[in-house]
Amino acid sequence: MSYVIRRLLQSIIVVFGVSIVAFGMLFLTGDPTEVILGEATDRMTVDQIEEYRVKMGFDRPWFVQYGSFVWNALHGDFGYSFIRHQPAFQVIMEKLPATITLAAVAFVISLVISIPLGVLSAIRAHKPVDHVATVLALVGQSIPSFWLGILLILLFGVELKWLPISGSGTWAHMIMPAITLAAFPIARNMRLTRSSMLDFMQRDFTRTARAKGIAESRVVYAHVLRNALLPIVTAIGLELGFLLGGSVITETIFGWPGVGREIVAAIGSKDFYVVQAGVIVLALIFAGVNLLIDLAYSWIDPRIRYGS
Amino acid sequence: MNDEVLVQVKDLKMHFPIRTGVLNRTVGAIKAVDGITFDIAKGETLGLVGESGCGKTTAGRSILQLYRPTAGEVAFRGNDLARQGPDSIRRARRHMQMIFQDPYASLNPHMRVGEIIARPLRVHGITKSRREEKEMVADLMAKVGLNVSFRDRFPHEFSGGQRQRIGIARALATSPDFIVCDEPISALDVSIQAQIINLLEQLREELGLTYLFIAHDLSMVRYISTRVGVMYLGKMMELTGSDELYQHPLHPYTKALLSAIPIPDPPLERQRQRILLEGDLPSPANPPPGCKFSTRCPFATDHCRTVEPEFREATPRHWVACHYAEALDGVTPGQAKGMTRQ
Amino acid sequence: MTLIQHPPQADAFSPADEELLVQPPAATTAPASKSQFLRRLLRSKAALLSVFILLVVTVAAITAQWIAPNDPYAIKLIQRLKPPGYHNSAGVTFWLGTDTLGRDVLSRIIYGARVSLTVGISAVVISGTVGLLVGLLSGYFGGVIDDIFMRICDIQLSFPTILLALTIMAVLGSGLDKLILVLGLTGWVQYARIVRSQVLSIKTDEFVLAARATGERQWRILFQHILPNIWSPIIVIASFTVASNIVAEASLSFLGVGVPPSVPSWGTILADGRQYIGVADWLTIPAGLAISLTVLAINILGDWLRDYLDPRLKNILQ
Repeated sequence: MSYVIRRLLQSIIVVFGVSIVAFGMLFLTGDPTEVILGEATDRMTVDQIEEYRVKMGFDRPWFVQYGSFVWNALHGDFGYSFIRHQPAFQVIMEKLPATITLAAVAFVISLVISIPLGVLSAIRAHKPVDHVATVLALVGQSIPSFWLGILLILLFGVELKWLPISGSGTWAHMIMPAITLAAFPIARNMRLTRSSMLDFMQRDFTRTARAKGIAESRVVYAHVLRNALLPIVTAIGLELGFLLGGSVITETIFGWPGVGREIVAAIGSKDFYVVQAGVIVLALIFAGVNLLIDLAYSWIDPRIRYGS
Repeated sequence: MNDEVLVQVKDLKMHFPIRTGVLNRTVGAIKAVDGITFDIAKGETLGLVGESGCGKTTAGRSILQLYRPTAGEVAFRGNDLARQGPDSIRRARRHMQMIFQDPYASLNPHMRVGEIIARPLRVHGITKSRREEKEMVADLMAKVGLNVSFRDRFPHEFSGGQRQRIGIARALATSPDFIVCDEPISALDVSIQAQIINLLEQLREELGLTYLFIAHDLSMVRYISTRVGVMYLGKMMELTGSDELYQHPLHPYTKALLSAIPIPDPPLERQRQRILLEGDLPSPANPPPGCKFSTRCPFATDHCRTVEPEFREATPRHWVACHYAEALDGVTPGQAKGMTRQ
Repeated sequence: MTLIQHPPQADAFSPADEELLVQPPAATTAPASKSQFLRRLLRSKAALLSVFILLVVTVAAITAQWIAPNDPYAIKLIQRLKPPGYHNSAGVTFWLGTDTLGRDVLSRIIYGARVSLTVGISAVVISGTVGLLVGLLSGYFGGVIDDIFMRICDIQLSFPTILLALTIMAVLGSGLDKLILVLGLTGWVQYARIVRSQVLSIKTDEFVLAARATGERQWRILFQHILPNIWSPIIVIASFTVASNIVAEASLSFLGVGVPPSVPSWGTILADGRQYIGVADWLTIPAGLAISLTVLAINILGDWLRDYLDPRLKNILQ
């Protein structure tokens, strides 16, 4: 119970920190007015810039600005996008479902492929299957995701013309982006599963189970796998961060209409309130999911539940 | 051996707080050492025995101020260390050293052996030049029986017994007067144990050292100690001369411990009556009221369970913490059953 | 049917070596000699191949100005988007073709090695140093310092790294120095955590207590006793981070917020070729291949290094 409370307190601090970082982003170059106005400042006089500064409230002391930032944020007001003519928050929230869908699909794909492959690799360690799988995994971890995306587009989109290369709409649109996003997690989880399985397979309790005469497949699945999964579950929790971050690039390449692409577009058009809103939303989702995972994990792992 | 007292321990207590909860509140304490008093005279070897968890290792470390005592006095040459600040303690460390139990963990795996032994010299500024330092290290290595040409090797290249010798050399580097030996042979093979014990004895005579020898092997402790103290659950149960303790134990706990030592004489061994203690060691966080041993003592009475016995001099130079020490003198367990138990 | 006959080996790409299977007793590892290192390295074909690849990349980076056939910055619009093998009127051959501004792709790729290695290594130096210090102080002294640093880590970790770097670079504008700084300051957390956990476990080893018993001061103990025992995981993480920094630089440059587009980097080359996928693939394939091979080599070498330094690290890292 105390773990739960401590974890929640930690989350509150994290949210607080996220807000400070997001707020502080505008001040990195010293003057937020110029950041927001962007290139338009080249054509403006000093007086005009000053006018905007007062209008946007950047002349107030920073803690007042922070206070109003938080106050507004709590009301869902993250500023206005001049490019989209919408509140920044709305821009982001409209795109959020697309990102979540893509991330979820990639997540499922990665689990479905990586864990069985990892188990297989461990069972047939050092045989050809294992060698091939390990090489593929190593390659998968090394290829930058945007290049993989480009290659996939080249092969399946341009040459073979099997799949659409951009936009969304049908499930066919989702295949390549999802695979691109899932590539690194698949590779990493597969290797992790493999080494986790191998580690547990050589432990004494496995030998005992075999000595007792239990069928090998049961040994593997009921005994070894159950234990091997624990470290994997921890690692998977961290995968979410990668998925959210990787979505930025993948969505941009494939024109997938999600938060990531929106943020990149907003950077290009200097629409910073949208960037800020996007970053905050993604960070909060990430923190929230991590919190849930930690709590779920503490419930599963009795050592944390009873320990202390 | 003269009677000058080197170390005086008075009512030493070492309690470790137990913290739980969100705010890390202190909800209790583990009373690892709960008030022990004894003196160590110059040149003597005081053995300290007891089962695992009785607090003897903690006592040794508290005396050397590796843990700062919760209460009590530790006077080294009349100077109470428990009251000193970190700087004067650091200076005092030159005169009191420690030999550790685990020969594998007590040496830095990334440091060459010569460097390990030389460090105390550098810390206390004992040698003035590199050459002097090298000479002293060579000297120390020879003294503990190590080949000097091994000075540039790493600890993992040595055997357990050799590593313990390195630890001894390190302890001797500053020419201390007092050395706490914390179970120095427990982790070694039996054949090596004797070698190390003999080395320690030899060094003691040669260099005029004083030892606090912590161990749980009673027969070994008897061999090397002049006096022996028996600890249980953070308290001293009995303290007297080595031979006197083994021939004439007064405390029931000591008797039980001694009865468990096998005698290499089968017919005699078969005749002996073991005193078997029932129950488990109580938790040091929640010690029983009254005599700490009352929960397992075959002779315990209600008085024992309510009033804590004083650590007193029952016979000359023989201290015991037991209400019935005199009454139980010479009593065997068989006879105990005949006594009234309330 | 028995599934496993032999004791499992560390990794398909590391040497089969019985030494690896015997667990050393203490919480730390002992150093090995240089000849032992070389012998082990020579036994693993994959590791050797990786060393070779990295050597090629490093040499290219260092000797770029002498190896590159042309000036990577030279814009000549008349020869833009020419395929590989193109000879221009002056008789110069462009082995990998030209980009959208007529610049020699091959030369840009060679110079790109310089950018990648510079960013990769410099950023690691920064994050490694910061992370090491934080981890040491946090782990050894504990208490309030530890709490504060761990909270900062948590906060920073709640932002996916690329996202954080992306937005900061967006605000600051593109530039090599800024990129190195940003990558360095966003990457320290993983070092800090591992160092901290190692310090926590070593702190209770008896040789640390022995150092205190000798009278050594805290700082001395921290840097002369504990630190030498921590290098192994740091080196391994550092090698993997170089790889991820190279990918990060490429990704950010690809999105336009890394190094300025005129600077030859593998990422900017790919950014250039983005609109011409299927039309001018010599822009995207070679640069991407360069990145992938370099990162692959680093990963293989990193794995090998991890298994060589301490097989038990597999449980903590990756």
